[in-house]
Amino acid sequence: MGIDADPSDLLPSAEPVRLLDETGTLREVDGFPLDLKEDDHRALYRWMVLSRRVDRQAINLQRQGQLGVYASLLGQEAAQVGSAYVLAEQDWAFPSYREMGVALVRGVDPASTLHLFRGTWFADYDPHRHNFGLPSIPIGTQALHAAGYAMAAKLDGRDLVTVAYFGDGATSEGDPHEAMNFAAVYDAACVFFVQNNQYAISVPLSKQTKAPTIAHKAIGYGMPGYRVDGNDVLATCAVMRKAVDRARNGGGPSLVEAVTYRMESHTTADDAARYRTDEELAQWRRRDPIARFEAFLNAEGLLDDRLREEIDAEAERLATRMREAVYDAPHGDPMELFDHVYVDPPARFAEQRDLLRRELGEGGAPATPAGGEREAS
Amino acid sequence: MAITLAQALNTALHDAMADDDRVVVFGEDVGTLGGVFRITDKLQQRFGEGRCFDTPLAESGIVGTAIGMALYGYKPVVEMQFDGFTYPAYEQIVSHLAKMRNRSRGTVQLPVVVRIPFGGGIGAVEHHSESPENYFAHTAGLKVVAPGTPADAYSLLRESIASPDPVIFFEPKRRYWLKEEADLPVRTEPIGRAVVRRQGTTATLYAYGPMVRTCLEAAQAAEAEGWDLEVVDLRSLNPLDTDTIVASAQKTGHALVVHEAQVFAGFGAEVAATVTERAFYSLEAPVLRVGGFDIPYPPAKLEEFFLPDVDRILDAVERSLAFS
Repeated sequence: MGIDADPSDLLPSAEPVRLLDETGTLREVDGFPLDLKEDDHRALYRWMVLSRRVDRQAINLQRQGQLGVYASLLGQEAAQVGSAYVLAEQDWAFPSYREMGVALVRGVDPASTLHLFRGTWFADYDPHRHNFGLPSIPIGTQALHAAGYAMAAKLDGRDLVTVAYFGDGATSEGDPHEAMNFAAVYDAACVFFVQNNQYAISVPLSKQTKAPTIAHKAIGYGMPGYRVDGNDVLATCAVMRKAVDRARNGGGPSLVEAVTYRMESHTTADDAARYRTDEELAQWRRRDPIARFEAFLNAEGLLDDRLREEIDAEAERLATRMREAVYDAPHGDPMELFDHVYVDPPARFAEQRDLLRRELGEGGAPATPAGGEREAS
Repeated sequence: MAITLAQALNTALHDAMADDDRVVVFGEDVGTLGGVFRITDKLQQRFGEGRCFDTPLAESGIVGTAIGMALYGYKPVVEMQFDGFTYPAYEQIVSHLAKMRNRSRGTVQLPVVVRIPFGGGIGAVEHHSESPENYFAHTAGLKVVAPGTPADAYSLLRESIASPDPVIFFEPKRRYWLKEEADLPVRTEPIGRAVVRRQGTTATLYAYGPMVRTCLEAAQAAEAEGWDLEVVDLRSLNPLDTDTIVASAQKTGHALVVHEAQVFAGFGAEVAATVTERAFYSLEAPVLRVGGFDIPYPPAKLEEFFLPDVDRILDAVERSLAFS
């Protein structure tokens, strides 16, 4: 069997695609045109600021004991907002548990995502309303759902792209591999968006893979791999636009590696000081995605005090809503635990409900007599 | 008309796909070949490559993409080629297929059927003869079904495909060639109902899947001993028909549960506990479990020494009757 096209076309560029340098100066790159207008620039900025505020609020709620744990996206705002911003309404995103920024852009109320971290439920939004999947905690497993959803859309003749969100650690798992292979074999309109934030809890990328980069893995599936500066929201938009358009036009899946950094610990339960240096953090702080974009907007005259104040006020309103939704909110109804497991639950659920109701002191039927009826003897 | 269990399953798939164009069938070798056991024979020719297709060789991929397709609105019926190859899909089944409806507070439904040919007795190589049903019976959020007759194979598969809840559908592969009278389309008792296959008074044998036939053979052989055995076909492990189970134990006072799977922590323990909890005062003997030994499934030439057969069942009946 021969090779039709030059497979090296599938390889990523030597350096991550970057449109804004660290001072916020724009330099366009061939092959990744920007199709953003001034309003888009303002919207991207707004989503990033909101994401950071919502993230900080969640961290604070955890510190106040209102959330059990929280997985911060700090530092990954451009990767999340830029990748989600190019999606059309009918497109779907399949997230991990660190996608608060993507959730926001998909129109999900951040307060409704906090059940997972508060421990009062797992999620409280309808995935079908926002075309945003439920948070997937087993690493990388959601990639298959994204591939399957795109396969279904293709079978149904729908113009629809799915994006699988996962991280550098997930690329060592089997499911993202199977998902990329399935998507490629079926030419499914699925984009695999990897936020390479350098660490899987404490384990650095160098211990996950010997591949030159994550994006290089794409060639193994016969799909293009793109590498982008994930702290550059414009570059992320441009690269994702290319990948999403390609998928939408029947070109099949692709793999986008967004090179970024998790500025916080893995979760609030983790202590990143045990495995990262201050120097490394300082280096990445200089590449802050919001500061960089702000410098660009200021230079272009797109950001004035009024807009900044408006966005800050909106961020505060969101944060307030999160606090109000969470502060001393009830922990949920224990009887609900039985409600959603099955459409058609087994008969024993009724007995177990009764048992719980009795334990709650709310009456309920008496326990089934053990051993049935004792016969007279 | 007499049909085999395999033909009944194949007809059920044909009929389900004809009735509902959201039903799609995929897995390894299910398309062009029609499946290694031919259960998906001619589905691709009839319904096209869109609705019946071969997948890459990846079981987690098969179940994981089925979940994505179900989220979209399809009703995937996927095949695990053999019981022992189900394990790569275990995470998708347990962590997502079983839990996503609950996780979503009921906003997501996953009407997926995972078909698994299970059990031994066909002289196969390692990993092709296992009985992993209890892993799934133990998992909340799944229904677990195991027919033992051609009529049930048809009816339970149709009902499983129509079910809004995910179903793990265990096919007794050594009974694929079992031939019985059945006029398709047939509708038998629903999922969650056990059926008394043979009325008896001496003792009850509970079984499902491949062991239903073996228990009926044991009951026939037992007549020579003057024993009149009742055989209850469980048909579905979750939900479990405790009423029928308990009624039979109350009637005979001697309860034995038979399966191919290893006895230790196997499904028989669940049946034994159910009978003990609900029919304690009717029992004249402890509930006995008859199954495979607690060892890995043996090589083909030694499987006959592992699998429960008529002798092992009747030996257990004798031990049970010795209590009264």
